[in-house]
Amino acid sequence: MSAAAEDVVTEAPAVEAVPKRAMTLGLGTSLVVLAALVLAPLFVKNFIIFQMTMLLIYGLAVLALNILTGGSGQFSLGQSAFYAVGAYTSAILMEHFGMNYALTLPIAGIICFGFGFVFGQPALRLSGVYLALATFALAVAMPQLLKLNFFEHWTGGVQGLVVTKPDAPFGLSMSQDMWLYYFTLVIAIGIYIASVNLLKSRSGRAFMAIRDNEIAASAMGVDVALYKTLAFGVSAGITGVAGGLGAIAVQFVAPDSYTITLAISLFLGMVVGGVGWLPGSIVGSAFIIFVPNMAEHISKGLSGAVFGVLLFLVIFLVPHGARQVAIVAQQMLGKLTKR
Amino acid sequence: MELFTNQVLAGIATGAIYACMALAVVMIFQAIDHLNFAQGEMAMFSTFISWQLMQWGIPYWWAFLITLIISFAGGILIERLLFKPLAKAPILTNVAGFIALFAIVNSVAGLIWDFTIKQYPTPFGSSPFLGSQLISTHQAGMIGVTVLLLIALYLFFQFTRIGLAMRAAASLPESARLVGINTSWMIALGWGMASAIGAIAGILIAPVVFLEPNMMGGVLIYGFAAAVLGGLSSPLGAVVGGFLVGVFENLAGTYIPGVGNELKLPIALALIITVLVVKPAGLLGRPIVKRV
Amino acid sequence: MLVTHLRLGAFSAALAVLAASSSGALAQKKYDTGASDTEIKVGNIMPYSGPASAYGVIGKTQDAYFKKINAEGGINGRKINFISYDDAYSPPKTVEQARKLVESDEVLVVFNPLGTPPNTAIQKYLNSKKVPQLFVATGATKWNDPKEFPWTIGWQPNYQSESQIYAKYILKNNPNAKIGILYQNDDYGKDYLKGFKDGLGAKAASMIVLEESYEVSQPTIDSHIVKLKSSGADVFFNITTPKFAAQAIKKNSEIGWKPLHFLNNVSSSIGSVMKPAGFENGQDIISSNYLKDPTDGQWKSDAGMKAWNEFLDKYYPEANRADLSVMYAYTVAQGLVHVLKACGDDLTRANVMKQAASIKDLELGGLLPGVKVNTSATDFAPISQLQLMRFKGDTWERFGEILSGDVGG
Repeated sequence: MSAAAEDVVTEAPAVEAVPKRAMTLGLGTSLVVLAALVLAPLFVKNFIIFQMTMLLIYGLAVLALNILTGGSGQFSLGQSAFYAVGAYTSAILMEHFGMNYALTLPIAGIICFGFGFVFGQPALRLSGVYLALATFALAVAMPQLLKLNFFEHWTGGVQGLVVTKPDAPFGLSMSQDMWLYYFTLVIAIGIYIASVNLLKSRSGRAFMAIRDNEIAASAMGVDVALYKTLAFGVSAGITGVAGGLGAIAVQFVAPDSYTITLAISLFLGMVVGGVGWLPGSIVGSAFIIFVPNMAEHISKGLSGAVFGVLLFLVIFLVPHGARQVAIVAQQMLGKLTKR
Repeated sequence: MELFTNQVLAGIATGAIYACMALAVVMIFQAIDHLNFAQGEMAMFSTFISWQLMQWGIPYWWAFLITLIISFAGGILIERLLFKPLAKAPILTNVAGFIALFAIVNSVAGLIWDFTIKQYPTPFGSSPFLGSQLISTHQAGMIGVTVLLLIALYLFFQFTRIGLAMRAAASLPESARLVGINTSWMIALGWGMASAIGAIAGILIAPVVFLEPNMMGGVLIYGFAAAVLGGLSSPLGAVVGGFLVGVFENLAGTYIPGVGNELKLPIALALIITVLVVKPAGLLGRPIVKRV
Repeated sequence: MLVTHLRLGAFSAALAVLAASSSGALAQKKYDTGASDTEIKVGNIMPYSGPASAYGVIGKTQDAYFKKINAEGGINGRKINFISYDDAYSPPKTVEQARKLVESDEVLVVFNPLGTPPNTAIQKYLNSKKVPQLFVATGATKWNDPKEFPWTIGWQPNYQSESQIYAKYILKNNPNAKIGILYQNDDYGKDYLKGFKDGLGAKAASMIVLEESYEVSQPTIDSHIVKLKSSGADVFFNITTPKFAAQAIKKNSEIGWKPLHFLNNVSSSIGSVMKPAGFENGQDIISSNYLKDPTDGQWKSDAGMKAWNEFLDKYYPEANRADLSVMYAYTVAQGLVHVLKACGDDLTRANVMKQAASIKDLELGGLLPGVKVNTSATDFAPISQLQLMRFKGDTWERFGEILSGDVGG
């Protein structure tokens, strides 16, 4: 075990290359999904609308992770920390400063962007499992930081903060839930389109070059350090906005809401949705919201085990997540139309 | 000064727990080149099996031996049934598989043995060790077993054909296959050994932290940290890392004013990350050079 | 669809009013959503998975108990339909489940949801919907606040009043004590700590020599015990959950630290704390309780305990009888049955709260002799009595009178 003996590894990248074009949905499909998202709330109970709001919020958080991992090839188990910072930023601004909820979101996003950008600096030197551990550490540390006596005046300490839910503006006769849903939907669509465009842009190509081969990318003149930290920042910023929306929808923030379990859920959402396939984020989000409910319905005592088994089933059948389903569906559709 | 010595000794005693777990982490990393998040739960389950055997009246050492065999076979079985089919899937999908395994094992253990804590016997006794009031004979025994395990692993990897084959299969699977190593079975063997080492760790840890389905949750975080700090490719590094984390955590909790006590885990983790930034392969790990 | 649904609702409500007024002299049957002639829907939220899954057994026991009630004819002829969901102890999930219970399953009450953060997350929602948040499974002090939250009511003695009892005991018997405290760094630990300091009053600053906190994620608390020992404390207040309590008791004895040891009642179970920690290590520890510990030999021939055992034999044979949560769940389920019986045929949410707030000297089989359930319009803390006890041999010896905590919300 002398230091001179160095392992030389031709390591396959952790995340496979996904061509840019395959990262989005076709125009037709997009419109169908959009129509479903816009019209569905008109026909369901408030409770379902609330669930759909959470679906969009977690979808955004999964999307953010997807940009980081699927886009730039960096792995993170610490997204819950950024989500928490966003949620607390919104909650504190609303409750302590009486700020309008809509205004708190960009602030949450900016603060998280900065936070992610700074965290991206040490993360630059780490990759693979080491980066996983570093981000994992961040997720583990966050609830403890939120509980600190030092911040208690602002964060409410272990008791958390109760947030007031906004009413629909302009005298719209719409339930709070429905208003919040459409509000979230507009933001989610905005961020989705921006993300798609980001990945198509010069920066997006730089992200993917780094993902596919860091050394080759730097040889081609990509500023690896800048783009890697930038990816962290963007991902954290979007997660922060999702966190802020989550705080408003749930009307409560507490350290117990943002534990490592949340980070792991978001990670699972990304895998199930398909790493690097942005539309899959919403599928992944549906998985992490509804599958635990299904598991619980099947067996209370063994809900964890049932969840595990369902997860295994999904990854056995479609190891590449929902993206794989989409590709297969597209091919079949293609065959049909050719005939 | 007395407080300092006491905290260092207590840190070493706790560090032995982390070191044990870190060895299992290194073992699986050698085999599959990744961390297994379900490792702690598998160890917990093995410990419960040995506890159940003892409840049925089987003597300690027999229960220990039977548990090792069951764990070894169980580890291989899990690999063959659940992870071999995923061999071609992306690594992140495998990680999702570990998380699923975690959920299954934890939930099943909770259903069979419920969540109340159970007393677990120790073969070393729990009287003070050598008159010291800080380390019990069990903890001293645990350090002893960890060191023995370390030596055994070192000899295995350095001087046996199969150990060498395993290392080859993990670091250069394709070349290993070319020289006739059955890499697929090497991975299964790695799972089996990691599972058996995990069982030993669980059996040593249980008398200190008490046996219950969530007993390994915290231990695994520290075990990962210790293994990563010491270098994932080095069993010696893992053990050294375990003791360092244990001692450092205690000292941070005792001497950093104000937030030290509340934030000792985050502080310990921050230190580890700092070490990694300086030495990305850990203290004793070999640096990896990538070929473009 | 929503509109027709609402109209139908209004229509049937009108019908109900008509029916009620036309029946005149007959006993009036009044129902809110979730109750009918044949069933009462009771919602519940428990951490069946996740870090607090140890408490999932509470929901399972309650489910078994309501099966027993239904098998014996139900409550005034109505069956209890117990709908229990998993929140994994994550507040956002609790909100989702509470909304599902209220808006989709349309339960009459949300009964005994567990944990302070989950309950805080749904308190405002349930109060705005005027759905009873009945007998919450947490000992935080804030649930006794009928003015702010008239739809939320607690159950067990709160943490603060319990620790005040210890504080008073120390002031009386060891006025010069040097106190070391170990507490869990969350709402539960901090509530105990606050009550204790309030109880010591002005002397708190001089008497407490060290406060140590630990996180649930820590594998052991050895280092804290070492630190507490070297602080020179001669009284130790142990605010920990069962696993850590057992570790602390054992470690104390290993390092030869023998302070006067106060243990919170959360961890006073003989079967799941004292026995694993070793009886010889736990001698003379002082704690308090309001429930009968099923693993305590002194209740062997007690009538309440026998009834409990018969219930478990028949409806929940696989239950772990050493687990005090099973006894807790049984007692609180009896509390709910008492309230629903008292409601008679007026099963409106308002009446449920009214009956829950007018319990007088109710004695239940699982409570210690002398401990009674009492509530009023201004007292939303059903059980507020405890008795001190000292560990001798392999059992708790109760001593002194039944004490009443008096901390309001």
